[in-house]
Amino acid sequence: MTESHDNPPGGLRESATFDRNVIHEIQRAARTGIYDIRGWGAKRRVPHFDDLVFLGASMSRYPLEGYRERCDTGVVLGTRYAKNPIHLDIPITIAGMSFGSLSANAKEALGRGASEVGTSTTTGDGGMTPEERGQSKTLVYQLLPSRYGMNPDDLRKADAIEIVLGQGAKPGGGGMLLGQKISDRVAGMRTLPKDIDQRSACRHPDWTGPDDLAIKIVELREITDWKVPIYVKIGATRTYYDTLLAIKAGADVVVLDGMQGGTGATQNVFIEHVGIPTLPALRQAVEALNELEMHRKVQLIVSGGIRSGADVAKALAMGADACSIGTAALIALGDNSPHLDDEYRKLDSAAGFYDDFQEGQDPAGISTQDEALASRLDPVVGGRQLANYLRVITMECQTIARACGKSHVHNLEPEDLAALTMESAAMAKIPLAGTDWIPGNAI
Amino acid sequence: MGAENDMAVEVFDLATGELRELNQRLHDLNEDAAKTPWRIVHPRGAHAVAAGVDSPVKIDIEGHVGYYCAGMNQHAQITVHGMVGVGVAENMMSGIVRVKGHASQSAGATAHGGLLVIEGDAASRCGISMKGIDIVVGGSVGHMSCFMAQAGHLLVCGDADEALGDSLYEAQIYVRGQVKGLGADCVEKEMRDEHLDTLAGLLEKAEMGKVKPSEFRRYGSARQLYNFQVDNTSRY
Repeated sequence: MTESHDNPPGGLRESATFDRNVIHEIQRAARTGIYDIRGWGAKRRVPHFDDLVFLGASMSRYPLEGYRERCDTGVVLGTRYAKNPIHLDIPITIAGMSFGSLSANAKEALGRGASEVGTSTTTGDGGMTPEERGQSKTLVYQLLPSRYGMNPDDLRKADAIEIVLGQGAKPGGGGMLLGQKISDRVAGMRTLPKDIDQRSACRHPDWTGPDDLAIKIVELREITDWKVPIYVKIGATRTYYDTLLAIKAGADVVVLDGMQGGTGATQNVFIEHVGIPTLPALRQAVEALNELEMHRKVQLIVSGGIRSGADVAKALAMGADACSIGTAALIALGDNSPHLDDEYRKLDSAAGFYDDFQEGQDPAGISTQDEALASRLDPVVGGRQLANYLRVITMECQTIARACGKSHVHNLEPEDLAALTMESAAMAKIPLAGTDWIPGNAI
Repeated sequence: MGAENDMAVEVFDLATGELRELNQRLHDLNEDAAKTPWRIVHPRGAHAVAAGVDSPVKIDIEGHVGYYCAGMNQHAQITVHGMVGVGVAENMMSGIVRVKGHASQSAGATAHGGLLVIEGDAASRCGISMKGIDIVVGGSVGHMSCFMAQAGHLLVCGDADEALGDSLYEAQIYVRGQVKGLGADCVEKEMRDEHLDTLAGLLEKAEMGKVKPSEFRRYGSARQLYNFQVDNTSRY
């Protein structure tokens, strides 16, 4: 066996506290004098939907025939106050990602893919682009603290409005778009000079706290004549209380983003150390909805680490109305594709590891404003790939639901789940498999 | 029904009519209908009065209003004969909003265009994140005014509280009185002839033409924090 960095000489003991990644980061910090900024979401292992399993039907439950009996997937969002609630064919939406962070072709591809399967996509910091509106049958328009690109004309074109309070990757933090990604078009849409680092504020400029938010929501409803649903997006931290307050403030839909949720550019220390995982946050949000007797009246969308139909099914079983995907959608478009491995290595990364979305050098043409790179992504092809992926995870979710005897994916329930670990049982309040025991509950 | 036609003036009484009906009627104005001026009486601190108007209608509001009066205004000329709550003319795109009294915090927040005139004082964060609006304040402004302001002009005929222009981008600030303190990356700049011309023009539009441009001082961004530099850490 040859010796290498990954395979050190025998007898050497690596520190558990100062492992090679830690040493590398200290050396990098000492060399550059700046904290590590990157894209993607939390990379550390946290309790997640993988730690839950379904209890399929057998003697005591009656399954549905997988290829014959219907299992519906439609979802209606915004039934509380909006004149025109949103009707989606599948319970999976595309999360907010900005033009600026992503190329125009990527935004168009997201719209195409979502529309092909009857779901919604979402704008992001920086406003609404014509490509995205044109290709998105159902488009959610985000109102963020920066208000970059915010205008009433686009507000009236939106099918829903999402007030963003936080993001799972960085709850309590604002955004940043580094100068190298600021093209003339991005700068123009944001009313800022080209090439400067564009900071997005962490607080809204014209309201503070839940009482103000209630008034802000009324203003947005007045401007849009109460037609469209108003979502409130929160990053997962004190989720029980935040959900209560969002409902109290008048939200039609609460969007909850766990710490595994992605970002275009944030400090690594923020991504890995602030916020809680999606699993406990989801349980807390559902508890808040039930506390106010608003479950299924105010809809709940959950994001942060949704990858498969199993994840979707588990989130729905725990009480979500829909899931939202961001990182997985970018992968479906072509992000981190193996055929680009040589180019990722030129950027000191590799296929499967690339997360420097902030640099604007994405070989896949997704997280870039470089015209030559962006042109590599064909929005028609990318949209088709995303639609394929969304169909697959929807069918996976239906497969599980039928196995549990459900004729609609919303009929999945906590009783269909078991936990594989003590942590997941405690966080999700799902019994440990083979027992009736939930840690923290009386036996 | 709170509206009645009063000698070619549309009068809407918020003591008897609903805010929803008022705003819907203002939103539905066509080009001809927008030629008839409106009077809104008994606003009694209501929020979102005349929010989202998108026509060149003239509106007079007789009394005090709550949050977000004239929010996201486009084209309308709105005068509030009283005080305004938080976020008057927030995200305004065009038109003129005039406040005869004082304004609460975040006046003109994130607004892209148009003119906001506050004849009295404006509280904290006046012009926060403004993106092209012109704001003329007859009195003084509170702390953190023009925080992260990107474009447009803020004229303050009185004093400015601390942290004026903190993290400023390209907005221009003019203050006639005392400035208690400047925020990060905000500095006093030379007043040249073109700036005096800008001041004179804005004061004229604000109907404050008697105020002398030469009495103002100019502030803007030092542009030292536009790109992250480790040596600036103590200023972030």
